[in-house]
Amino acid sequence: MSIHHIRVTINGKLYEGDVEARTLLVHWLRDSLRLTGTHIGCDTSSCGACTILVDGKAVKSCTMLAVQADGRELLTVEGLEQNGKLHPLQEGFHVEHALQCGYCTPGMMMAALALLKRNPDPSEQEIREGISGNLCRCTGYVNIVKAIQYAAQKLREPEQVPAGSGGGGE
Amino acid sequence: MTTTSAGPHVHGLGEPYKRKEDARFIRGKGNYVDDIQLPGMLYADIVRSPYAHALIKSIDISKALQVPGVVAVITGKDLEAAGLAWMPTLSGDSEAVLAVDRVLYQMQEVAFVVAESRYAAADGAAAVEVDYEPLPVVVDPHKALAPDAPLLRPDKKDRQPTNQIYHWETGDRAATDAAFAEAEQNGVVVRQDMYVPRIHPAPIETCGCVADYNAATGKLTVWMTSQAPHAHRTLFAIVSGLPEHRIRVISPDVGGGFGNKVPIYPGYVCAVVAALKTGRPVKWIEDRTENLTSTGFARDYHIHAEIAADKEGTVKALRVYTLADHGAFDAAAQPTKFPAGLFHICTGSYDFKHAHVAVDAVHTNKAPGGIAYRCSFRVTEASYLIERMMDTLAREVGKDPAEIRLQNFIKPEAFPYRSALGWTYDSGNYERALRLAMEKIGYEELRREQAEKRARGELMGIGISSFTEIVGAGPGKHFDIAGIQMFDSCEIRVHPTGKVLARIGVQTQGQGHETTFAQIIAAELGISPDDVDVEHGDTDTAPYGLGTYASRSTPVGGAATAVAARKIRDKARKIAAYLLEVGEEDLEWEPGRFYVRGSPSKGKTIQEIAFAAYTNCPPYLEPGLEAVNYYDPPNLTYPFGSYICVVDIDRGTGEVHIRRFLAVDDCGTVINPMIVEGQIHGGLTQGLAPALYEQLAYDENGNVLGSNFQDYLIPTAMETPRWETARTVTPSPHHPIGAKGVGESPTVGAPQAIANAVVDALAHVGVRHIDIPITPWKVWAILKEKGLATA
Amino acid sequence: MIPGPFDYQVAGSVAEAIALLDQHGADAKVLAGGHSLIPLLRFRLASPAVLVDINRLRDLEYIQEADGTLHIGALTREVDLEASDLIRRRYPILADTARVIADPVVRNWATVGGNLAHADPANDHPATMLALGAQLVATGPAGQRLIPIEHFFTDSSFETTLQPNELLTEIRVPAPSERSGGAYLKLERKVGDYAIAGVAAYVVLDGAGHVTYAGIGLTNVGPTPIKARAAEQLLLGSTLDDAVIAQAARQAAAEAQPVSDLRGPADYKRAMVETLTMRALRQARSRATGGA
Repeated sequence: MSIHHIRVTINGKLYEGDVEARTLLVHWLRDSLRLTGTHIGCDTSSCGACTILVDGKAVKSCTMLAVQADGRELLTVEGLEQNGKLHPLQEGFHVEHALQCGYCTPGMMMAALALLKRNPDPSEQEIREGISGNLCRCTGYVNIVKAIQYAAQKLREPEQVPAGSGGGGE
Repeated sequence: MTTTSAGPHVHGLGEPYKRKEDARFIRGKGNYVDDIQLPGMLYADIVRSPYAHALIKSIDISKALQVPGVVAVITGKDLEAAGLAWMPTLSGDSEAVLAVDRVLYQMQEVAFVVAESRYAAADGAAAVEVDYEPLPVVVDPHKALAPDAPLLRPDKKDRQPTNQIYHWETGDRAATDAAFAEAEQNGVVVRQDMYVPRIHPAPIETCGCVADYNAATGKLTVWMTSQAPHAHRTLFAIVSGLPEHRIRVISPDVGGGFGNKVPIYPGYVCAVVAALKTGRPVKWIEDRTENLTSTGFARDYHIHAEIAADKEGTVKALRVYTLADHGAFDAAAQPTKFPAGLFHICTGSYDFKHAHVAVDAVHTNKAPGGIAYRCSFRVTEASYLIERMMDTLAREVGKDPAEIRLQNFIKPEAFPYRSALGWTYDSGNYERALRLAMEKIGYEELRREQAEKRARGELMGIGISSFTEIVGAGPGKHFDIAGIQMFDSCEIRVHPTGKVLARIGVQTQGQGHETTFAQIIAAELGISPDDVDVEHGDTDTAPYGLGTYASRSTPVGGAATAVAARKIRDKARKIAAYLLEVGEEDLEWEPGRFYVRGSPSKGKTIQEIAFAAYTNCPPYLEPGLEAVNYYDPPNLTYPFGSYICVVDIDRGTGEVHIRRFLAVDDCGTVINPMIVEGQIHGGLTQGLAPALYEQLAYDENGNVLGSNFQDYLIPTAMETPRWETARTVTPSPHHPIGAKGVGESPTVGAPQAIANAVVDALAHVGVRHIDIPITPWKVWAILKEKGLATA
Repeated sequence: MIPGPFDYQVAGSVAEAIALLDQHGADAKVLAGGHSLIPLLRFRLASPAVLVDINRLRDLEYIQEADGTLHIGALTREVDLEASDLIRRRYPILADTARVIADPVVRNWATVGGNLAHADPANDHPATMLALGAQLVATGPAGQRLIPIEHFFTDSSFETTLQPNELLTEIRVPAPSERSGGAYLKLERKVGDYAIAGVAAYVVLDGAGHVTYAGIGLTNVGPTPIKARAAEQLLLGSTLDDAVIAQAARQAAAEAQPVSDLRGPADYKRAMVETLTMRALRQARSRATGGA
């Protein structure tokens, strides 16, 4: 068993730690760094609850070793809000009622973020395909599709959609 | 972020008010059980049986104890010594916490390993050596009662000498049989065997807990994935012998329940034992395989149903026999009085004069359960059978499935309607819902298209489901969980500045209680839902309640909340009369304010009244402005709806493509249409799932197939159609605000709409039934047999 | 589901990776995208002593056409294959294949080389590469060697002819001629699943419309990826009319070796090979003759 010292930039901040080779990235994020917004829903990279961005690409953090993240840049759900302002995806999920129990939501938003980076104006079918690696048991996906459409429009034309207060929750 | 409309909110009811709970979830700041980390916390892993039936010859934990980081290993013998090896189930059976001398299903709990980390616990579990002697396995419930079947539960052979758990029947057998005899002579009788397979709720968050015992105070705190924290606290007290006031169960944010988090599982009990034994907090979190293979399954009903009707297809009698597979322990989450739950709602939306239902339940070498997967106590099985049978009857008498339904519906003027099996339906207008669905989807046009396609050799089907739900248990005199009556509760505190804290006995797993219950209070008090915070899930602070399942939150907890808010308003009226120096009877209420009749400018707002309750209270009243209500509903509520599904079938592959699905729901008064719609979307998806995809199958050796998300097929956004919804509103006459509950209607109503559509596509070649899940290979086998398969 | 312990080494270059493999032999496993390997480790179905992580070998991530051959670096992520203009334009069968592998998030990290080297009969690239007649570049201590795809898989599941100290470094596919076309069709229980059955078909026509090359590969209908040689033979020299397509489809079904499992009974899977082969060949014909 080998121990490795890793340095990883997460949400713009540098984290360091010693990890066993076998430590799954999702466990390091959650148990060691206490970034608990990234969730675990299966063992087979099927559900996508653990989706984060690694060097800008969506990745299932249950199927990557923490040691593999050494030197890379990660974005987790905790990094979506900037300076007290919600990301358009966060806003869209709230406005379109795209979450119920909230458990799949972080992974779903991170997969959607990666999709919109690649394809800023996706069709409904492309959105459905883009989140097909993320399971939701509550919403039936209809409102998730709408939330991503909301965010896509806002990201393309920031001035067209009423700006969020950043307060959230209301 | 935008609010729902301009200006201040006064009313709360009926508005698509955005959810209050979203703020934390969209930021990744939810607080689920696995997010909890306490100083010194240990982690647990469970050693489970690879065999479906075996004797345990020996368990060697010595190597496990040598694994670095392992702190303790607990076995069934350890628990037996402490009197904790068995625990009561929700159906009065005893379930092994850890197997002592035999295992009865694959993945049964055998030993509990506690260590300094998740990783060490897993290594420790892998190092436990168990010597098993395999025994013959009973997988098929039809063989469980054979004379040579091995007795699976020698532990209770004194009170149950065979594998039969119960025989239960209801209805008038003689009258039903007579109606069938008559129909055999002068009418029609249709019969069908159908299997509603074993499935699993599979919330994306699995089950788990953190148990923390403070030896100094004697207080045990358990954070757990619980849909019923108070009931669980009471059961913990009974099992452990700890005083109940020193047990605190906290159900924090729960990542979906759907019935999976109603029972108590061995892992919870073991975590508590380990916390007591080690003096340190212990976390136990299932992995997905453990969740699917060992925690509460749903359905698993082998049904034979028969309808007697006249030649015109007017129904006379329904006769049902069911064999229920309960697995190794009878852990069904059912009220004591009704071992098959609400299954005898199976006359559905139709006016049957006579009915009889019999159910036999048996043990097999499968995981225990029998919980309701997003359903109210077996209503899904009931609704599926009657909706499938009505289609079968329609074929038999040569009528359209819509026509046979319209002909047999209980008429609107018949409510409250007493069914042949003893239920009193509160309200309904089934014809209106079906006619709306037919109009919205263009039923006649679809039938024309189907005929044209059939002529061209293309297969298209249209399926209808006109279901009636039964939700909102109690009344307490008929319904209980482990003996505790099924009331529910709300406690409201209005603070001096007019802001409100409400605590409720039901527990959200995504239903949005923090929003909808705030809306109920806001509507009753005429304030903004922004000014109402709703708390739940902590047994030290929330009033006693039975929890959230069986769509009971709005019918029971919502009623308690409305009644508690009305108590607040009643007291506010007294205070307002004092402040305004008029009689109570001289006051008029408008939302948020009492004013003097005839002098609208002279009044007191609810905020002014609240302040006075603490600063200038009438001397003849208790100070403060608080109320509590424990609500025992007078009856259940009966939501209903009509769903229409359109499918196309690929003759080359047997694949079923859902082209359209329209859901017309009637859940009575709507509190928040946005949340209701969201519940319907989600419920429909969990109705689609068992219709086409999900099944927990077992091989002949009792090995669980489909034990992870690669093989237990939860629909993705690609399989899920763009649901279409519409609504009628028929309020419940007995609920304080007329609401009925909605979260489970679509799961109950949808599977048969899809099944009926597929059968409809093939009805012209004589197909009458296909068991769910309707896989491409089942369809293809029929296509091949009927000469319809092409490449 | 926690992996057992193992050591971990990062390869900074292909040479370093090979040196590590040479040093550890059969005790080592190559970690590429990891979407097959890490679940196996989590279920403790594999327990290598050391993982050799090749994810830093950026020089193995490329898609380029040169000298009449398409060169795909073994570490090319599926998403890059799927999104590549060159692939979509000139090798639509490869785009067909990439876009039905697992799900989009998995495809961001999963690699083309890993999909082949894991030699899982349920993986999708093997059938397509068999149909295309690809060649694989294995790099070892003694340098590179070329392995024709039909000699890459052995008769056993999850086994290749790579030596323990060899790394799959590149996949080579003949560039399309003017009148060639292929398609990959996959039938799955739900999106993201392994195939119930999958069929890759690739044809090259001469100026008169006669088939000069035919490749048919089958996914998940046997213990290994299957090359339907007899079906291919039937097509050679034909004009790829509906009758010969139907005949080849029946033959391909006969060459499948399916077993009954959670993805359906064997007779169904065999029939699906026929259906999918027919459809894939028709689409290949359409693409070869200028259609979509």
